[in-house]
Formats: sequence, C-alpha cells, structure tokens
Amino acid sequence: MKVWVAVTGAALEPAAPTDWLRDQGLSGAVVQFNGQVRDEQGRVEALHLEHYPGMTETVLRTIVEWAADKWQLNGVWVVHRIGTMAVAEDIVQVAVSASHRQDAFAACAFIMDLLKTRAPFWKKELIDGDWVWVQARQSDAEVAAAWLQRALGREPS
Amino acid sequence: MIEIRFFAALRERVGSDSLTVTAPQGTDTVTALVAWLEEDNAAVARALEATPHYMVAVNEVLSQEQTAIRDGDVVALFPPVTGG
Repeated sequence: MKVWVAVTGAALEPAAPTDWLRDQGLSGAVVQFNGQVRDEQGRVEALHLEHYPGMTETVLRTIVEWAADKWQLNGVWVVHRIGTMAVAEDIVQVAVSASHRQDAFAACAFIMDLLKTRAPFWKKELIDGDWVWVQARQSDAEVAAAWLQRALGREPS
Repeated sequence: MIEIRFFAALRERVGSDSLTVTAPQGTDTVTALVAWLEEDNAAVARALEATPHYMVAVNEVLSQEQTAIRDGDVVALFPPVTGG
C-alpha cells in the first residue's frame, strides 16, 4: 500500500490526491474528500490553522495504519494545510484507493472522522476583524468513538 | 526535568508556548503534574481554569489523566482539537 501523509503551508491542489493514487488498474475505486473553508453565511473572512509539529504527522500515520488493518486498501493520501487560508480553499484532503468501493468509502470516512478528533490541529476564524478559536463539537467526538468501537472493537492506546 | 508545551487558546492564555519544570518527587502522573503546576504557576492555573476541557499528550501520544510521566518527558496540554 502506498501512503502519502503531509502537513503543508502551501495551497492544496484539488485534483492531486486522485492523480497520485492512479495505479493502472489495480484499484477499482478512488474516494476523495476535500474539506474546505466555509464562509458561514459571509461571517468568516479567513481561517488560520495551527498544529503540533511532529505529533501531527505521527497521529495521521497511525490513523492510516488503523484503516489499513481494517479495510483492503491500495493507497492513502492525507494532506492537511496549516497557516492562513481564504474562504473556499482546501483545508484537508483524504483520498483512498481500493479494489472495491465499499472499502474506499468506509476508510475515507474513518480517516477523516478520526483526524478531526485526534490529530492536533486547531482552527481560528477571522470574524469582524477578530480571530476567534473554533470550539470542538461533541458530535465529532461521538462519531469518532463509534468508529473505533465498530472498526477496532476498542479505543486504541 | 519535564517540558510542558501549550498550544492554541491554552498557549495564548498562559502567555508562553513552553515551560521547563522540575516537579517534586512523586509527581508521577499527568493529574499530579497538572495539580502541582496549578499550585506553582498562577498563569497556568488561570489558563487551565479558563479551559475546562483540555487534552494531554505525553511524548506526542494522546494520553489520559492517569498516564505515567517521568523525568525527561514532554507533556503537551491543549484544547480539544479542531482540524479537518
């Protein structure tokens, strides 16, 4: 399985993950998720992402390993942007290739849901000229916990 | 010595991104370390009080309150993560 995990300050190229995952017929399915900056009805002017260098990459690789243990995957791409970005730009890309679509859909959703609750990133939004930290959602934590129970049967250490 | 690192809103509230501390003997869990820090450092105490929910990583691994710590560890405290 090929894996590309990165954290970058540069703008993300929306088509890059699917292009990178092409494998001359090995995979029958590629599922790609692009997370983008919402404007929240025009309130949000920009987004800023901070992270914990070193730990972030380790956590992302661990999540990919859990996914690969559970589903038959041929490739995984996880790239997350940091720094300041504009409305509608990509924040994160998760893409998965697999022989069959069910594995690709499930693994892509699993990686994204775990990333949101375990990878050390923090968002700030620029609203009316002030930077405001985004609060974590309890619903995200519940989704991730349910995945771990279902996919792994336990909360991994 | 133990290095304490702060991120995001917690870093801003503490006013510093890291501290190096020598905790008293017997400070051997995350809970004990945080309790001692709150006594020892008013800025950290105020920051934690303003951050009712926070997460902990010991040596870059997500940890629990009862996770053991030892000399040389890097303990990071931060608000719940909001990436993606």
